[in-house]
Amino acid sequence: MSWEPRPVPSVTPETAPYWEAAADGTLLLRRCPDCELTFYYPRARCPDCLGDDVEWVEADGTGTVYAHTSTETVAAWPEEDLPLVLAYVELTEGPRMLTALQGCDPDAIEIGTSVAVTFVPTATDDVSIPVFEPIDDD
Amino acid sequence: MSTSSDATAYIAGVFEHPTREAPETSIAQLHAEVAAGALEDAGLAAADVDGYLTAGENYQVGRYPPLAMADYLGLDVSYFDSTDDGGSAYVNHVGEAASAIADGKCDVALVTLAGRMRTDERAHPEHDETIMQENFESIYGAETLPQYALAARRHMHEYGTTSEQLAEIRVAASQHAQHNEHALYQDPVTVEEVVDSRVVSDPLHLLDCCVISDGAGAFVVVSEDVRQQIDRECVEILGHAAAVDHHDAGRIDLTETAARKSGPRALSRAGVDHDDVDYVSIYDSFTITVLQTLEDLGFCEKGRGGEFVEGGTLQAPDGDLPFNTDGGGLCSNHPDRGGMTKVIEAVRQLRGEANDPVQVPEATVALAHGTGGYLGTRHAGSTAVLGRVDR
Ligand SMILES: [Zn+2]
Repeated sequence: MSWEPRPVPSVTPETAPYWEAAADGTLLLRRCPDCELTFYYPRARCPDCLGDDVEWVEADGTGTVYAHTSTETVAAWPEEDLPLVLAYVELTEGPRMLTALQGCDPDAIEIGTSVAVTFVPTATDDVSIPVFEPIDDD
Repeated sequence: MSTSSDATAYIAGVFEHPTREAPETSIAQLHAEVAAGALEDAGLAAADVDGYLTAGENYQVGRYPPLAMADYLGLDVSYFDSTDDGGSAYVNHVGEAASAIADGKCDVALVTLAGRMRTDERAHPEHDETIMQENFESIYGAETLPQYALAARRHMHEYGTTSEQLAEIRVAASQHAQHNEHALYQDPVTVEEVVDSRVVSDPLHLLDCCVISDGAGAFVVVSEDVRQQIDRECVEILGHAAAVDHHDAGRIDLTETAARKSGPRALSRAGVDHDDVDYVSIYDSFTITVLQTLEDLGFCEKGRGGEFVEGGTLQAPDGDLPFNTDGGGLCSNHPDRGGMTKVIEAVRQLRGEANDPVQVPEATVALAHGTGGYLGTRHAGSTAVLGRVDR
């Protein structure tokens, strides 16, 4: 993905730890101890019980491709960053995360391909965007 | 809607605007033109209307859509609603209007849609980064098309569905559209032409996608009392149900739609089985939307939609399950919240007023299903079951 710096998402108290951890090279998830539910996207309350006792946990940053598509045109997306490879990655912790793949030949991606997180800087130093790249299976 | 097979409400009039491109016509005027058309079809006057519903597409008619349109149309209403769940909205309005009538809140509910997706950029609002959850989608460019492509990819992976099978859905729609003088695309296409069309977001091709049109439509829902006072053939609202699917905390299943929840509930409330359904209007933003919806409604086993649509199953008048005989959103018209045209064509079929070559003989029960939002993140499913009064 060559589009740098990327547009900055809206950073609020609810999501600031997520974006800031990404700028430090860590993917965070949220976890509800009561439900033992690890969930994505991050939000202030557990989507299973609505409890607010949710903690931030560090994700391993790995997963497999659950679904992927290569798109030729995306509104307001820079031409040099197309085709865009959008994907759902099933994280090792369980949640399926809507994200993008980079550093790969779109035609070489398959469902089940192992991937690891990497981070794309934005115009703001303390905010980065998690994306994924294929890795060699052990 | 809480009704059982004891019908309490009927669709008495429908009207689809013939335009597909109307850059100079205000959204409000389009609403008014179809309001007049549907009321005339029902044999009713504006003064008879005491309920009004619109999805109020992107507030293009005003900040408070039902108020703006009641003002413009000169309505005095005791019931109004502007539920907007995208493409399924107007199938939802069938149920909402029926419930309002069952509750005695109104007797004549006018429902209107107008949108200019083709010529008015306000129909495509820019991303609003202050919407919390959309941050996690827009930063990746997760637009409508790739979201549906992701669903198609996963369905192909799990069930072996092929591009050729998806193409059968476009082929059937195009066969129907050739008989619709108002359809945007009236030329029949072949499976080869669909799969040879440009890949726009793999595995979806250009011809897997619906048209983008300006347009408008309306229907009128009336009580039993009103039905007995008018001459027009009315269609019974037999059952309705809605449901939502979403990320589910990260457990999203891209092969499933909310139709698996709304469909069985609506059929059960209507007291009819799949075999009783003579015609279906299926929301067709993309071919994959139709395939997954047919499975989830229960017209075939989950995962067998590809085989099901092969061999002309969906083609009127002789296929086992004729669908979208107006050409649908794929070929005829997709004016913003497209559930409206799904309801209108179902009513035409039940009245025997579809275009002659695609009229299903003795159609007595029809199902209309809308899908609103995005299969890739969150969407609504809304199912209405309609029947001839003399069925
Ligand atoms: Zn919880």
